[in-house]
Amino acid sequence: MGFLKKFFRGRAAVQQLPAGTVTVDRAGHIVTSTVSSAYPQNLLRGIGTDVLKLFHEARAAQMPLAEISLQFGSLHITARELRGGAIIFLLPQTALLPTPSPSRL
Amino acid sequence: MEKRNIILLLDDDNDWLTLSREMLAALPSHPEILTANTGKRALALLESEPVRLLICDLKMPRIDGLQVLSIVRRRYPELRTVVLSALEDEEFRSRAYALGVDLFWIKIEMQRNSKLFIECLESLLGRDDETGFRGIQSKSLMDIIQMECLSRSSSVLRITRGPLVSKLWIQDGELIDAEAEGVRGEAAFRRILTWKSGTFENLPAEPARERTIQKPVNALLLESAQDMDENAMPATPEAVEDFAHRKTVWKLSQLTRAGAEFVIAIPPEGQGEPEALGTQVVTPLVQWTRHADAIARRLGERIEAGPILQVTGQNLERQVLVVSLDERLFLVGWPADATGNLLEKSRKLIASWDS
Repeated sequence: MGFLKKFFRGRAAVQQLPAGTVTVDRAGHIVTSTVSSAYPQNLLRGIGTDVLKLFHEARAAQMPLAEISLQFGSLHITARELRGGAIIFLLPQTALLPTPSPSRL
Repeated sequence: MEKRNIILLLDDDNDWLTLSREMLAALPSHPEILTANTGKRALALLESEPVRLLICDLKMPRIDGLQVLSIVRRRYPELRTVVLSALEDEEFRSRAYALGVDLFWIKIEMQRNSKLFIECLESLLGRDDETGFRGIQSKSLMDIIQMECLSRSSSVLRITRGPLVSKLWIQDGELIDAEAEGVRGEAAFRRILTWKSGTFENLPAEPARERTIQKPVNALLLESAQDMDENAMPATPEAVEDFAHRKTVWKLSQLTRAGAEFVIAIPPEGQGEPEALGTQVVTPLVQWTRHADAIARRLGERIEAGPILQVTGQNLERQVLVVSLDERLFLVGWPADATGNLLEKSRKLIASWDS
């Protein structure tokens, strides 16, 4: 069986979208998370780092932002600045869910 | 191998179909000819075949030609359409043109001038991606309005250009009102005439509509044409400067009317300078917008969340949106208390700039 696996590698699984809330500190470390532990931590950290980068660069551009939203085709990310870190809401979009607005989060 | 165009012939008379098929075989580009003797069959063929040109009769049982054309115009805006009818009635001609057909021929004329007819069809098959309105690619909005007025018709023309929507009210061949981007009357009419492409549809007439335009339509068309000529060909450096100044003032007025604080139009790197209105802080904001867009795109790919649709930010003073349109990025700033669909409002504002 091991021999066959060399030739027939399994298909890459479709990555499940993260759902939940994450808080990251100013260094990008995850402080708390309600996202499923099955979701890859490196991807979750990547989200935190990118969000912090957006806040940081907005400050540098003389446009400090308290909240940033990224609306993807299948995921809505809303991040609120939190003393240098951020609280990030991750909401997968399904056909049954209406588009969230910051006030509902 | 060069791809052959497909022509679909629709007529309820089978003998006529055979005759026309033989005639179309003489087309120099040797298109493939499909035939249908009912509107339903024609629509089914359009669904399954990449038809380039539809030649349609008007008087048919069940679904008549005008119905087919109105369905086709909505579903296949790129399809070229020709009406070939025995009805020598001007009303049918103007109704067919109002539905966006490219050509209207009377059957008997077609038989007499078959060479000219063949040349017209060949020219239609050859045309590609020209600007214009609806299916009438070679006609400007001015032509269409003139046609509507000359046919002494009463209708409402609803013109759409991207997110922008405007309306013209025509009563007994006279233009009585226009509405575009929150403006009414002659100003709105002039604004609409600057649109170079779009789609429009005929809505039922509204005889009770209040009249705001008193000038004859031909006078208005002439004035607008003169304005456009002057704007298109500024002769002297002073005229160029004056034109640029007027354009900036107009854009600022659009910005104020929409209620936005600022707009920065950002071309792809190395393809021109950003254009900013309503803000002095340009370079840092341009950098942030480009970075934000790049970060969002990369993140979307990494976490498999689909394409980025919208990036927004807000603080106590304002809300900002990053809008991507035709390879350009736009950063649009709105007051913090601005409400409604800001993405839609931003797109409308940008489209009005470009029109």
